[in-house]
Amino acid sequence: MLIETKGLKKTFKSRGKTVEAVRGVDLAVKEGEIFGLLGPNGAGKTTTMRMLSTLIEPTEGAATVCGHDLAKQPAAVRRDIGYVGQSGGTWGEVTAREELIMQGRLYDMSKKRAAERAAEVLEAFQLAEYADRNVKTYSGGQKRRLDIALGIMHQPKLLFLDEPTTGLDPQSRAHMWDEVRSLRERGTAVFLTTHYLDEADALCDRLAIIDHGEIVAEGTPLDLKKDVAGDVVAIGIGGSATEALGLLGDKDFVREIEAGEPDPATGISVLRMYVDDGASALPELLRTLDGKDIAPASIELHRPSLDDVFLKQTGRSLREEK
Amino acid sequence: MKIFRDTWLVYSRAMKLNIKQPVWLIVMLVQPIYFLFLFAPLLEPMDGMPGFENGAMETFVPGLIIMMALFGSAFVGFGLIAELREGVIERMRVTPVSRTALMLGRTLATVTTTVFQSLALVLLAAATGKLDVYWPGVGLMLLIVMLTAFMLAAVSLGLAIVLKSEDAMAPTINTLVQPIMLISGIMLPMVMAPTWLQNVADFNPFYYAVQASRELFAGNVDNHFVWQAPVILGALTILLVWWATRKFARAVS
Repeated sequence: MLIETKGLKKTFKSRGKTVEAVRGVDLAVKEGEIFGLLGPNGAGKTTTMRMLSTLIEPTEGAATVCGHDLAKQPAAVRRDIGYVGQSGGTWGEVTAREELIMQGRLYDMSKKRAAERAAEVLEAFQLAEYADRNVKTYSGGQKRRLDIALGIMHQPKLLFLDEPTTGLDPQSRAHMWDEVRSLRERGTAVFLTTHYLDEADALCDRLAIIDHGEIVAEGTPLDLKKDVAGDVVAIGIGGSATEALGLLGDKDFVREIEAGEPDPATGISVLRMYVDDGASALPELLRTLDGKDIAPASIELHRPSLDDVFLKQTGRSLREEK
Repeated sequence: MKIFRDTWLVYSRAMKLNIKQPVWLIVMLVQPIYFLFLFAPLLEPMDGMPGFENGAMETFVPGLIIMMALFGSAFVGFGLIAELREGVIERMRVTPVSRTALMLGRTLATVTTTVFQSLALVLLAAATGKLDVYWPGVGLMLLIVMLTAFMLAAVSLGLAIVLKSEDAMAPTINTLVQPIMLISGIMLPMVMAPTWLQNVADFNPFYYAVQASRELFAGNVDNHFVWQAPVILGALTILLVWWATRKFARAVS
């Protein structure tokens, strides 16, 4: 295991109030995998990552990172990890090459070795063309690639990426996913935080969903979605949904059903249910509603997404959080 | 030793940044140049009067250099705040770099630039032909400049890491540095001050720095200020650099 945590906790004190940012996180990250921490803003993702990368001390709990005890051997942890923060890490009148060489030197490389490695990394991240240009002139995507290049300058076993694609345009985002995958291919494990469902789903080998400082689910995206079981049917009802809720809830094949709050603009409330087999359930559901002269305002049928996983665990949708 | 290597790395990087933005180094020279050409002539008639026994310009120029050292180094914290905000410091904190080196390297870069600015100002003042310069004294005076810059750069970085915002930084530094400058006799010698103000100045370490610089400039190497200033400034530098390093190391541990 590259990371193992036990009851990791962090409380902040600000103006006399105690905020429990992370309340006992247990995680395990394997060698060579892309591990994602998915959750809404303020869920404790960044705080967890900052603890694991030695930037802040946990209030309670323990962790080993790359085989070193986080509390007792932070220096050893630092040698084996790379970290790319949300705000990047470059500023001012510096060029990519200069900063990369400096970064290598901070990891005790010789001048020559640092220069060689910088050239290698610049090539790998398609930055060679801009290597001697001021970083101020970089586009968002180029700057993000440089941030990651800085993070892997010393070939760490594990790279932490805090919200790697926030603020990137769709194309740069797709490129970034490819970069992260190619890191894995070269044997670097990646621990990333994200609040994007599609990113967690498409990019991560395994993920943990975090909410209010607690892990609510952990597994591969596929397993997590399987746990939701069956298909998701969402039927919009105008006016009172109470009758429909009762009718549909009585069906044997409806495993779970809940009514959302009515939309303030349209007055439509959405009934969301998990069914064994959507294709056969849907006609039966509609017939039932039709029998009572209830006309659905909208109908949706889909395979469960990570949002359904989040919804099931927390009762809220991650989509609405943003 | 790791700390020396790391300090050197951080110092080289900071110096490289300084050299790439020479505008900033020149801007810091502009204010003393204004004083040299637009204010110093007002003092010329005072030549030989109490407080100006060494000569009007010989009294004013050394004070001006200490003023530049005060202001030039007190504002280095601003650069650190930008680096904190842009994640540069955070990126370096995740590397095994010595935390003390992160601060010392930046402080020493400020000392270097301040020494160069001081030399430029002395040469410029000497070129006006209005003053006699005792050059060996200037060499010793640069030591006092170095102590001043070292101390204030460290304090400024320490404040930056505590305050974390430019908006809080500017008034704090002005509130601290303005009175220190006024009661150090930079503009006019403190002998012209009423007794109570003179008594206050006796507790201002930079008063000693200014007086020592004046005596060194004039070649009075055996004056009591010449040994008092390095002792007082040295002790204070050790104390404040220790404070700032601790603040820094704790904030970025």
